Amino acid sequence: MNHTVNHPGPIARLVTRAPIHLALLLIGTVWLVPTIGLFITSFRERADIHADGWWNFVREPRFTADTYVTMLTSTGQTESLFGNFLNSFIITIPATIIPVTLAAAAAYAFAWLEFRGRDVLFLAVVALLVIPIQMTFVPVLQLFNFTHLTGNFVGIWLAHSAYGLPFAVYLLHSFFAGLPRSLIEAARMDGSSELRTFLRIVLPLSVPGIASLAIFQFLGVWNDLLVAIIFLQSPDLQPMTVGVLKLLGTYGTEYGVLSAAAFLTMAVPLLVFFSLQRYFVQGLLAGSVKS
Amino acid sequence: MSRMRGHFGPWLFVAPAALLILVFIVYPTFWTMRLSLFGGLGFNFNKFVGLDNYVKLLTNDPQFLDLSKFPPGGAVVNNIFWLLVYTPAVIFVGLVVAVLADKVRYESLMKSVVFLPMAIAATAAAIIWLFVYSPDPRIGILNALLTTFVPGAEPISFTGSVDLVNPAIIVAAIWINAGFTTVVLSAALKGIPVEIIEAARVDGATGPQVFARIQIPMLAPTISVVAVTMIIYVIKVFDLIYVMGGNNGGPLGSARVVAFSQYVETFNNGRAGYGSAIAVIMLLVVLPFILLNVKRFRAEAGR
Repeated sequence: MNHTVNHPGPIARLVTRAPIHLALLLIGTVWLVPTIGLFITSFRERADIHADGWWNFVREPRFTADTYVTMLTSTGQTESLFGNFLNSFIITIPATIIPVTLAAAAAYAFAWLEFRGRDVLFLAVVALLVIPIQMTFVPVLQLFNFTHLTGNFVGIWLAHSAYGLPFAVYLLHSFFAGLPRSLIEAARMDGSSELRTFLRIVLPLSVPGIASLAIFQFLGVWNDLLVAIIFLQSPDLQPMTVGVLKLLGTYGTEYGVLSAAAFLTMAVPLLVFFSLQRYFVQGLLAGSVKS
Repeated sequence: MSRMRGHFGPWLFVAPAALLILVFIVYPTFWTMRLSLFGGLGFNFNKFVGLDNYVKLLTNDPQFLDLSKFPPGGAVVNNIFWLLVYTPAVIFVGLVVAVLADKVRYESLMKSVVFLPMAIAATAAAIIWLFVYSPDPRIGILNALLTTFVPGAEPISFTGSVDLVNPAIIVAAIWINAGFTTVVLSAALKGIPVEIIEAARVDGATGPQVFARIQIPMLAPTISVVAVTMIIYVIKVFDLIYVMGGNNGGPLGSARVVAFSQYVETFNNGRAGYGSAIAVIMLLVVLPFILLNVKRFRAEAGR
């Protein structure tokens, strides 16, 4: 009796576990269907979109890429989002490289160098992890106006870098501090300078941690809306998220173009996610103290 | 030379990051506290008003806090509604997915599916859910299901209704963040030693009993970490409401939250002192969690 309870046959097992599979199927459906709906809508003819729901596409599968052409060129009545798409890259790439580089240097000092005030400074970094960035907007905007940094990308690169730094330093510190002490000390015994130890020993051994952080920062900046609408007032500089928001405000019923724009915004993060999921999840778990 | 390097070397590593943090976070934070005591209309901070902004916010701004009716309203109350509904719900969903997926072979696929929305912009997620909620049954799948399966039902305008807009946006937020709670709780679940669960099984504990008496208590510390992260998310939530609720923050401003008021007052209404006061209130609400983080870190470092 006890034997059958603990190790039921395959059919009995399937029956008793059916509720689990059903529940997971339901959850999976709720999590996938909204995105699939957007994806299918983005490839449908304008007339089809207004005739019936996207879930009817199986009945008369007709696809077009016109929505994407309209969205990326100014052939339709909506404005082109191609510039916004490029801007997202121009904003995101430096705003990832700068903080990751600066954070790696700082995290190395916090983890392996002795200096006065080190522990207090690092506690300050921890304290800044969850500070609302709303506290910074007006003074930073004043600073940008004063230094003429509102009309170009430099301001937003610096702002995104600074906002990402506390978490970046915190995350890399935990990776660096986990390296074996003997390795660092051996390098120092061999007369390696601190810079050399950092570049030749610590960095190569921390590639997974740095990759996690870079992905996290890249997605954070790519997906940002708030910082961009505040610091980039010129339409020529705005990223994809702002472009999509404007499209929604002006042509909210142009469902095809709107869904194509939203999907293109998602495409880059999804590519990153599918190719580097392991690092992404690792970074998230390591940094789960931050919002 | 090497002595000098010993003194200044570490600072060369720290200085660039420290400088950016000082200029863009630390100095602005203190400056905003000062600005919150000024009128700041059109970003002109020449009129000192003392605590007037705070007094008006808490006693005379129905869009921010309205205690004159029942139930009370305004952005603060709405944010509290989020805290009470969203936080437990997103943890519950994450727990359910983590526990159920643990029992099947397609666990990693299941977790990837739920985690996917974490990667995309809240702006894109907001558009996805605006489609789902569309009052037009040819666009919105919810209203299509409703009008097909409930005879005589009229389409519902989820985001256009004062009563439904908040639950509707909260569902979208759960859809976005359940991946986070799932992954973190799942990792903690795997950390519970198999022997403990097997011992309980041998003693005759049923599946639900193992879950309630062993797994939940052992997950408690992780649940509290996840809860803090989600509470901080709620205090800062902006994009989702700005995109799904529009410039006005939902019908009659009914979807406004504190971060939304902060943005609209400062940048749309040009009341920068007033907006700064809202930012300071956000900081005060986050302050206990800042102290908690510092305390936690010191406890870990001391070990």
